[in-house]
Amino acid sequence: MPSYTIHIDNDGSSYRCTDTRSVLEGMESLGKKGIPVGCRGGGCGVCKVQILSGSYTKRVMSRAHISAEEEASGCVLACRIKPTSDLLLRVMGPMKKSVCGVVEPAGVLSPST
Amino acid sequence: MAMTGVLRPGHAQLRVLDMEESVKFYTDVMGLLETGRDASGRVYFKTRAERDHNSIVLRQADRAGMDFLGYKVLNQATLDDLEAKLKAHGVATERVPAGEMLETGERVRFKIPTGHTLELYADKTDIGNGMGYTDPEVDVIDGKGIRPIRMDHALLYGGDIDGSRQIFEDVLGFTLVERVKLEDGATDLAVWLTCSAKAHDVAMVRHAEDDKLHHISFQLASWEQVLRAADIMSINRVSIDIGPTRHGITQGTTIYFFDPSGNRLETFCGGYDHYPDMHPITWTWDEVGRGIFYHDRKLNSAFLSVVS
Repeated sequence: MPSYTIHIDNDGSSYRCTDTRSVLEGMESLGKKGIPVGCRGGGCGVCKVQILSGSYTKRVMSRAHISAEEEASGCVLACRIKPTSDLLLRVMGPMKKSVCGVVEPAGVLSPST
Repeated sequence: MAMTGVLRPGHAQLRVLDMEESVKFYTDVMGLLETGRDASGRVYFKTRAERDHNSIVLRQADRAGMDFLGYKVLNQATLDDLEAKLKAHGVATERVPAGEMLETGERVRFKIPTGHTLELYADKTDIGNGMGYTDPEVDVIDGKGIRPIRMDHALLYGGDIDGSRQIFEDVLGFTLVERVKLEDGATDLAVWLTCSAKAHDVAMVRHAEDDKLHHISFQLASWEQVLRAADIMSINRVSIDIGPTRHGITQGTTIYFFDPSGNRLETFCGGYDHYPDMHPITWTWDEVGRGIFYHDRKLNSAFLSVVS
């Protein structure tokens, strides 16, 4: 089966991914890191990436995280695309709400009475 | 108590991105029974052992998540009484007419401060578990899929878990079972509440965004069946978040995994019985990792950040 090289622009790393696997699954199966891993089903939005070059097939993904305009401009969820050529992508951000991040907003809420 | 008032979680309506794929998952992998489809395209399921017509309802949508969580109450008088108590507490309620969901009576719908839509209802058609009510056989797990016993509880993420807890405790008669404190030692990061003698009928984690679902949980009969569920997940390439492992909190054995739309589910076994006279258990911020994942003894980044 054909495989392609996925380049992550943020850290210059790359890995090979077959056209049968999502870009996220391909990364995980080789023990690589770089794209945050969430639900792997297009629902949670943490693996949001911008495709800078290359082609791919895609599946439906949550509109809560990817607008139609974003999707048209190549901003997609890595768990919902499979490569059909080499890809250059940029990770759009780390886990939106990190473990530490959730504590800070909680601290400003009124404590339990 | 003595099991009047709110009885148990009865139904959850989940949003899915691809209905055909989701029906296949909930049928073939989860091992639920499809019990109906309505005019709006929603698909209804129950576990084999559940007696009421439905516990999981899927709705095709453009985003994942949970539309509402419904609790069954003892009878119509209880429903009317609880609605009056909600109103007296300042909670706006609306009545959803009988039949809006298949085989389900009138529902009292309201929002809690964490942004989630809850429902109470008294009637859902008993279609039985296939064993009958006279001289039944035991049910054995002999078919495809995980085949859980029941839809058991939900973990909800939102901002004002103190306000939501107050409604569960003061109006709906729930009891606090366990809690996790933040670093300040005063604020609750998370609470586990029960309306029965289960270790939890709902749990909530404080979160920056309201109306988020962390997971819907299904009960299994043994740790061995949790391991069997993990095998079935791998055979079917299901996205596993963590497990099989154990929670320190509630002491249940668990797998967190995702449905094809990214809604997190849990299959769990165990936990202890809780009665309203029992002192709640408190976990400190220092030990939260062991509390959530007893074997790893640390949080994973997905626990507090991946929701639908």
